[in-house]
Order: sequence, then C-alpha cells, then structure tokens
Amino acid sequence: MKNRSPLRLPLRGREILFSLMILTVCFTLNVNLNAQLAVKGKTVYTMAGEPIQNGIILIKNNKIEQVGNENQITIPAGYKIIEGNIITPGLIDAHTVVGLSGIYNYNHDQEQLEKSDAIQPELRAIDAYNKADKLVDFLLSLGVTTIHTGHAPGALASGQTMIVKTYSESFTDYVIDSVSMVAFTLGNSVKSNYEKPGTRSKGVAMLRQEFFKAIEYGEKINKNKNDESPARDLKMETLLKVLDGELPALFSVNRAVDIMAALRLAEEFKFKLVLDGVAEAYLVINELRKINYPIILHPTMVRAYGDYKNASFETAANLYKEGFKFALQSGYESYVPKTRVVLFEAAMANAYGLPFENALASITIDAAEFLGISDRVGSLEPGKDADIVIFDNNPFEYTSHVCKVIVNGKVVKEECF
Amino acid sequence: MVFYKTIVRLLFGLIITVNLSAQEISIVLKGAKIITISGEPIKDAVMIIQNGKIQSLGSLGEIEIPSDAEIIDASGKVIMPGLVDTHSHIGEGDGGDKSSTTHPDVRILDAIDPKSDTFKKAIAGGITTVNVMPGSGHLMGGQTVYLKLRKDANTINDMLFCDDVLNDICGGLKMANGTNSLGKSPFTGTRSKSAAVIRQLFIKAQEYQKKIIDANGDEDKMPKRDIEMEALVEVLEGKRIVQHHTHRADDIMTVLRLKEEFGFKVVLHHVSEGWKVAKEIAEANVPCSIIMIDSPGGKLEAVNLIYKTGAELEKAGVDVAFHTDDWINDSRLFIRSAAFGVRAGMSEEKALESLTLAGARMLGLEERIGSLESGKDADFIILSGDPFSIYTNVEQTWVEGEKVFDLSNPDDYKYHTGGYEIYRGDFQYTHSCGGDQ
Repeated sequence: MKNRSPLRLPLRGREILFSLMILTVCFTLNVNLNAQLAVKGKTVYTMAGEPIQNGIILIKNNKIEQVGNENQITIPAGYKIIEGNIITPGLIDAHTVVGLSGIYNYNHDQEQLEKSDAIQPELRAIDAYNKADKLVDFLLSLGVTTIHTGHAPGALASGQTMIVKTYSESFTDYVIDSVSMVAFTLGNSVKSNYEKPGTRSKGVAMLRQEFFKAIEYGEKINKNKNDESPARDLKMETLLKVLDGELPALFSVNRAVDIMAALRLAEEFKFKLVLDGVAEAYLVINELRKINYPIILHPTMVRAYGDYKNASFETAANLYKEGFKFALQSGYESYVPKTRVVLFEAAMANAYGLPFENALASITIDAAEFLGISDRVGSLEPGKDADIVIFDNNPFEYTSHVCKVIVNGKVVKEECF
Repeated sequence: MVFYKTIVRLLFGLIITVNLSAQEISIVLKGAKIITISGEPIKDAVMIIQNGKIQSLGSLGEIEIPSDAEIIDASGKVIMPGLVDTHSHIGEGDGGDKSSTTHPDVRILDAIDPKSDTFKKAIAGGITTVNVMPGSGHLMGGQTVYLKLRKDANTINDMLFCDDVLNDICGGLKMANGTNSLGKSPFTGTRSKSAAVIRQLFIKAQEYQKKIIDANGDEDKMPKRDIEMEALVEVLEGKRIVQHHTHRADDIMTVLRLKEEFGFKVVLHHVSEGWKVAKEIAEANVPCSIIMIDSPGGKLEAVNLIYKTGAELEKAGVDVAFHTDDWINDSRLFIRSAAFGVRAGMSEEKALESLTLAGARMLGLEERIGSLESGKDADFIILSGDPFSIYTNVEQTWVEGEKVFDLSNPDDYKYHTGGYEIYRGDFQYTHSCGGDQ
C-alpha cells in the first residue's frame, strides 16, 4: 500500500468485493443465458398441433430449441432434465388490471382508474405498473407468465394497456409491449364513476366528438407539415394512433346495447376493434359474425351483477359452437378476490362445454395471437420464449397443482401449488 | 306461556301423526355410491325415504325394498347429504342500520324474500340448508336465520328450521371484528374500542340475566322486556350461537378472549389468518367456518388468505366447515371451495364433512341434517361423479324427500348456467348499512 504507484488502480478490499460481486452477477447471468434444459412430459400440449405423448422440450439461451417425441429427440449432454406429467405453454391472461390495481384495498395501491375525467387515453399503464405487487407473483405461481394489463374498465377511455411477463429480474426486462391497446368502456360502470357522462348515449356522443377532434387534429398536422403544426396534445395523439390503426381499440362492452354501440363506432371511425367482456355476445351473434373482431371474453365465473347480470357459464362454449375464436381474461375485481386467475376461468369454461384444448388455447395461443405476441409466446415451438408450466395432473381439475413454472428458460417456481 | 307452547307443540305433534297415518309412498334410490359422512361410503347403495325423512339405507340386498315404493335408479351416481352453507347473504335480507354498531335485537328473518332468485343459485349448487347472515359492517349486525330451501316456499315460515317463529330461537347472532365494522360514530374507530363496546354490552346482559334469575319466575320481579338483552341472554345461555366474522390472527384471538370471558358458543367465520393461530383455536375448541377465495387481497385483512387454511386447521384438530359468503362466492360453486381445500392438503373425508355435517354442527342442527342416516331429514344431492372433480355436476337436489332441483329439467338447467334474464342481478349484497369496510 505504501509504495502504491499513483497510476495503479486503487484496489481496496471493498472494491475487490464489489468487482467480485459484479463478476458473480455476470457469471450468473451468463449461466442463465446459456441454461440448457430438457423438459420431459407425459403429455405436452404444444398448442401448435396435436399434443405429444412422452414429449421433450429442449431449451437453450432462454428459447425453445426443439420440441418432439422422446423417440425423435436425443437430449444432448449437459442438459439438465426436468420431468413432469402435463406440460403446457406459459399461460396468458388476455386482460387484467394486476400490477395497477394492487393487492391492498387502500387508495394508494389502486392505480386502475383515474377519475378526473372520463376520457384519458393518454394515460399509460407502464407509468403505473408495479411489477413487485404480490398478485403478479401470485399469478406466476399458478402458471400465468404473460399478462395484458392496464387501466380498469369504467372510463370511456381509461388508458393505454401493456403486455408484460410476470417474472422479472430488473425494472426493464419484463416488458413485452409497452403500449398495446387503448382501453375504452361503454355501459353502466362509466356512469357510476363519472358525473359526465350520466347516460349511455351521452357516453357514445362524447367519444364520437373526441374522435372527430382527433381527426381534425390529424388534418392540421398533415396540412401544415412542419411549420404550423398544432401544439402537441397527448390525448389527440393517442386517439390518432387508434384512428390510424396503429393501436387497437379495446372496448369493454357487456350488454348487447353496448356491444352494438362499439360496432357502430368501429364502423364509423374504422379503427381496429377488440371486443372485451361481451357477456351478452350470445344475443348479437349474427352482428358479431359480420366482421370477425377479436374477442377477449369475460371471466367465466364473473359475478352476474350490473352489466354482467346476464352472463352465463356457457358463453365460452356457445361462442365456440358458433365458430368464434376468443381469449379469456381475469377481468377486474374491486374487492375480494382481488384478481381472478385465467387458469380457473378456462377450467370452468371447459367444465361448461368448451372443449379442453380450446379452453387451453384461450389462455395460450389464441390469446397470444389476439395480443400480437404469438412470435414470442403462446405455444411450445422452436424459437419462442421458453415459458412452460408443469402440472401434476389435468390442469383444469380443482385438485391438480402447478408444480413448476419456467420463464425465459429459468425455473422460477418449484413448489406444487 | 310455557303452557301455551306445550299445547302448540302437542297440536303440532298431532298433525304430524295424522300426516304419518296418511303415509306417502316411500321413495327408493338405488345403485348409487352413497357418501353418508357419518360412516364409510356405501357402494351400490339403497336409500329409502318417506315423509321427508331417511327411513333406512345400506347396501343393495341388505335393505328390504317395499313393494309399492317409487324406485329411482341412481346407478353410477354419487349421493351425499345436502350441503350446509354456514354463511351466506342470499335472500335479499339486510340487518342493522347505521343508528348503532350493535343490533342484537334485529332479526334478518323479518327482511328475507322467500321468492328471491338467489335461492335458486343455492339449490343449483346443492345447498339445502343455509345460515343467512346480516353483514359485517357492525360489531353486531343482527340475528341470523337458519333456512331450509324447501320446495315452493311461499313465506319465510315455509323455510325456517324453528317450529315457532315467535318463541323459538331461529338462528345465531352475527358479530364482526377487525376493519369491516370500523367507522365514524356511532361505529367504533379502533379494535380495542370495538372489544370494549362488546364487553360492556355483555356485562349489561349478564346483569339483565341475573335479574331474571333472581326473579325466580315471579312476574313482578322480572326486568322490563328488552329485546336486545333477551337475545344476548340467549347467547350467554349458549342457546344462540355467535357467528363471528373475523380475519386477522389478532382479531381471532380477541374473539377467543371474549368467548372465554362470557362463555358463549361461537363459530369463527372467514378466519383468513386462522392458519397462524391454528393451535390456539384448537385449544379453545372453537370451530371455524372458512372461506376459499381465488386470490388473496382486496382488503388488508385478506392479504394473507391462502388455500391451505382448511388443511392447517384440520391438522391442528379444529372442526372446519366451508361457506360461500354469497355473493363473494357463487352458491352454485360451493363444492369448489372444499375441492380447493383438498388441493391444498385437506383430506377428502374432512373436506366432504366440511360441506355438510361440520356445518350442521356449527348451526346446532346436527341432529337433523348433515349426514345420511336413518331418522335424519331426507336432504341430499345426486352428483354425476366424484364430488371434487370440476366435471361433476349437481344433477338433483332434494329437500325433505322432495326434489327441488333437477338438471335434466330445462326450467332448472338455466339456473345452473345463468344467461339472459335468468338471474335478476339487481341484488348485490354490500355491507353499506354499516361501517367503513
């Protein structure tokens, strides 16, 4: 120390330790990146073709490398083998409020609805999402690895949704899509949250007026090009993206009257409509058939009150019989329970007549396709994220357990739950 | 008064006897697996019911089948006792108002609509007995009522367990602690204040009780009639069971202290953190009526609610029942709650008991319901298979020998699924009559 040259880097104990820690972290990350796993299952539901009996999934660098029958795949040396009974892709919740509507029911933990104005599409979920909320980890422990989350239904335009993974190691790595859709709601729940609109029809009128303003705003930008563009207006910019088809419009509509209003708005403003909730879809099947908008169906077990009062346990099965494809969601719960779990909602849809694999698709590949993320998640195929759930038995049985959850090739849950 | 009651009962007995002589033909259920709860399950069973009671049951061949009996082939089915829901808010009743936080005088039976479609949910879910409770927004929300979901009930009298609505005890007493009942005056603002208010009230009731005892039947020395005090004396005498909402471990301990101080019979309800004090609950020999919720949270006291509460309590030796707390959980999905208990480690036997006989005990009705034994009420359900499979349906629900729900009947099937204008959906139970929640 005494003869330390001023040019030499001062390596004191604390700093040595720090450097070692950094090295360890890098090493761990490196190991994780190169983790090589072979997941063996008696039945593997890849959701890309028929289920594979005695299947093997090879995982390398966080991605799925190969999927096939044990006769087709040789597990290379160095791969850690994990065995299970029933294997599915990581589950996807196609619409939730988890991460915004926190587990605690006091105001400071509730970010799901801004009540200062009924039309605020400029609000971004990413600015409120709390990845550390206990419910995020709770969903993960039940195999839900990807969620489409955002502001709750209840405002004419409540904000911009996002898509995240429920497992993360940093404050950036969980985001799949930071702005996914713009959430709208029509119906009674809006009336109960705002003084204006006070009626259904006023709500529709307000939205139409706002869209016309956005059209005008867009015209000004185009006309004036760079010189005299209008002042930037986040609300208008967001609605313009909806009008331009850049962001889909997610309309939470449950009563038939509200579903029809959403269809009229989509026809008038030519936006990309995604139908959400649609508890009374069975009343307007023919109208829904005219244009096949994506449907994110309400939770099967949603309480049949308010705009959901005519909800049926059989709607999922009926939509399937009518030839519709849909994703299932956990929806929004304001009290106990604080969130539903899509695994259980799909299970109930299955019990009430939706075939097993369609029920599973509604929380995996079909959900991924509607959300535009099927290049990464939703099925077990080479090149996709290695998000995998291992069940000890039929995933939909009450008494089965989620025994392992793998996200990005890493085993993140190992206790049967 | 006592004389009058005796006469009424004698007359009542006479009517029943007359009825008996006009024997209904017996109904025989044949071929099912019968889960009796009180004993081992019987495969290929026969159960004979008559006049609303179970006459006999046993293995096929063991029991003589009357020649004139109506025979129902239940081969391949599973029969178990009608489910007992120890805590529900169906029936559109209410309870105490905002004038006080204690309403021991208020009877929910004065507010129930026997025609409410919410009862349809219950029978579609296999529930035949229900304890309908006032909410948890008060320290004492009012008197609960034990109802039998009989066929074609027209008035509340057609649903009661008690014989004499004017003089009998027809339910329990709803109490609550923790946060639901906290609020601005006249509600209490803190937990210790809540306990103090309750202790003071029971001490007053003890004094009232002493006056009655001291009067020793002398009408002139009796205290003035006070219907609040009368209900609390019934509690002190152990005749009216306290049905106590409580979540957090420390709140549970508060109830146990109150029980020890005043010696009343109590059932702990919800018990979200019961798993933390399972040993203490077992030592106090207090039963628990628990809730299963899909996820924790939604309120501070339910943040630590977990699926394994039932299993932990069972392990500790506590008597456990489940409840729906409808509208919190849909009555149609009552069995699902116990199935999740099994998922988290409860034994199947205990889980089945927790839907039936354990609940009956918690309402003091175990002599009449909760298990399939000769002499008990013929309340049972016919299931399509394993009770704890999601693919099993409640195919039929029977109350006192009458079929009240039949899945194969389209008029009943709709209550199984819901749909367009099946349920009115205009009664959403809230605790808004009371504190802040």
